[in-house]
Amino acid sequence: MSDQKPILEFRDINTHYGAVHILKEVNLAIYPGEMVCLLGGNASGKSTTLKTLLGMVTPTSGEVVLDGEVVNDKPTSYRVERGITMVPENRRLFKRLSVLENLQLGAYLRTDKDGVERDLERIYSMFPRVKERLSQKAGTLSGGEQQMVAMGRALMADPRVLLMDEPSMGLAPSLVRTNFELIQQIHEEGIAIFMVEQNANMALSLADRGWVLQTGRVVLDDTADALLANPELRKSYLGEA
Amino acid sequence: MTAAVRAKGASRTKVDWFLLFMRVALLSLIAIGLLAFFAQQLDPNNAFARWRHGGDAAHTLTGDQYKGLVVTGLSQGAMYGLIALGYSMVYGVLGFINFAHGEVFMVGGFTGFIMANKLDEAGYWEGGAFIPAVLFTILVCTLVSMATAVIMERVAYRPLRGSPRLIPLITSIGVSFFIQNAVILLFGPGAKGYPSNPDWLQQKRSLLGLVEIEGIKIVVIVVAALSMYALWYFVERTRTGKAMRAVSEDKEIASLMGINVNRTIVTTFAVGGAMAGIAGILWGLLFRSVIATTGFLPGIKAFTAAVVGGIGNLGGAMAGGVALGGAESLAPLMLLEPLGVEGASQLRDAVAFTLLILVLLIKPTGLFGERLSSEDRA
Repeated sequence: MSDQKPILEFRDINTHYGAVHILKEVNLAIYPGEMVCLLGGNASGKSTTLKTLLGMVTPTSGEVVLDGEVVNDKPTSYRVERGITMVPENRRLFKRLSVLENLQLGAYLRTDKDGVERDLERIYSMFPRVKERLSQKAGTLSGGEQQMVAMGRALMADPRVLLMDEPSMGLAPSLVRTNFELIQQIHEEGIAIFMVEQNANMALSLADRGWVLQTGRVVLDDTADALLANPELRKSYLGEA
Repeated sequence: MTAAVRAKGASRTKVDWFLLFMRVALLSLIAIGLLAFFAQQLDPNNAFARWRHGGDAAHTLTGDQYKGLVVTGLSQGAMYGLIALGYSMVYGVLGFINFAHGEVFMVGGFTGFIMANKLDEAGYWEGGAFIPAVLFTILVCTLVSMATAVIMERVAYRPLRGSPRLIPLITSIGVSFFIQNAVILLFGPGAKGYPSNPDWLQQKRSLLGLVEIEGIKIVVIVVAALSMYALWYFVERTRTGKAMRAVSEDKEIASLMGINVNRTIVTTFAVGGAMAGIAGILWGLLFRSVIATTGFLPGIKAFTAAVVGGIGNLGGAMAGGVALGGAESLAPLMLLEPLGVEGASQLRDAVAFTLLILVLLIKPTGLFGERLSSEDRA
């Protein structure tokens, strides 16, 4: 994998909210088709990392690099068009819009009508339950169904990298496993996945590599297996004494 | 705190009792008024009517008069509805009430005044040229009002994006004064007359043999209905409309979809402004007079209509407009006159705002409104 070029990269990224220094000299790289995860407690800078990758937060120094191009000053839409998208925390569907409209908005920037149709069909076959509820308002769906629509909406952008913000947040425990199976399934279609997760055990068991973020600094950067075996990490994230 | 949001089991406070009293009082007034109205229609000389009218019999409403009131209410309400759409759309997307929206409507009326008089001087305001001339005037008014709304957003509101909602709200009152005074400066403080409409528009014509309507009111109702349909189609069926609804629900996620949020906000102002412009020219054609303060009362009424229908809800804005126009037109003669109120027809404005209070007392979210979550309420 290391002989490939990364799709998305952070080079010495620093961000501030006002006077507060959030991300400190963060370096990340996401390669095509891999599954990586970012672990960290509350206020460690996970959400800021995602927002900076997508251009919703502008770094104060350092470079966000997309396919070798520095995109610091490019808007979100520019990055979405080039294959980056996100399944946001708590899904954040457009609740008053129908399920179909939510999916269509995922493909808002796409001009290839045939491709959009094909992807809709693909999502219907992935999530037959979604197809049954196309004309329903998204806010009326159950949590699990909403999660499917949120993933479907992200897939409609035809991404190469899918960012996932706390995918198991707010889901019933019984759904968490199904959810990770879905992520696995998406990953198997060749889409790179960058997952931010509290459920470190589950995330690391799927991912190839991972980073641990602590108060805005990357403190660990290793393969998932090594991280799983790391005693420090086991202590702080996997709930072992 | 109203009873509607009072926690279950909490005891009623004095305010709750007062609100309950207001609800009961207003609803009883309506019920008694209606009963008195039906009673006087059956027997103008009944005891209640004689008591309320100092011993005289009540004036009954003939069928034609009643139909006339309905039509007047409908045409007035259609214009309120058109203006209300702008309030509601901007509220939906930005969460503040643009009190200068009434001026956008007034600018439409003034543009119509200029256009109509110029066309009249050139001899196009009559005969066969009238219809194309009116259509052209409507188009120009729409565009000018649209431009006014867009410039307003760019100059006055965009710099305030992200500030607390009270700030753009107060700014909008300032913008309103600014536009009113700019118009006084340009055209003087007096009322400006439209040229007379051709006779065939002034004449009453029969519709399916059921009701006689002045031609101009038919025009108002038809143009308003077509505009509302066009707006509905735009918002519900087009890609931009979908983007607009997405932005009004969640700006951050909308931009994650690749939607240009700023452009969508401008579109919202433009479309709302266009509707107000159409209402402005219709108002001018119907009442044939505009003045710098023309936008004030219809603006406030349209805002009322938007709240009555459920602010942020477009169908609600239209329904609220028609409901308000209808109430203004019918209530004085169907409720107040039978109760013996003198000069009831002068009380249209009181009726409109009483309706607002009534709806807020009984269904605070408006007729079609959804309950706002606490974060939307700021």
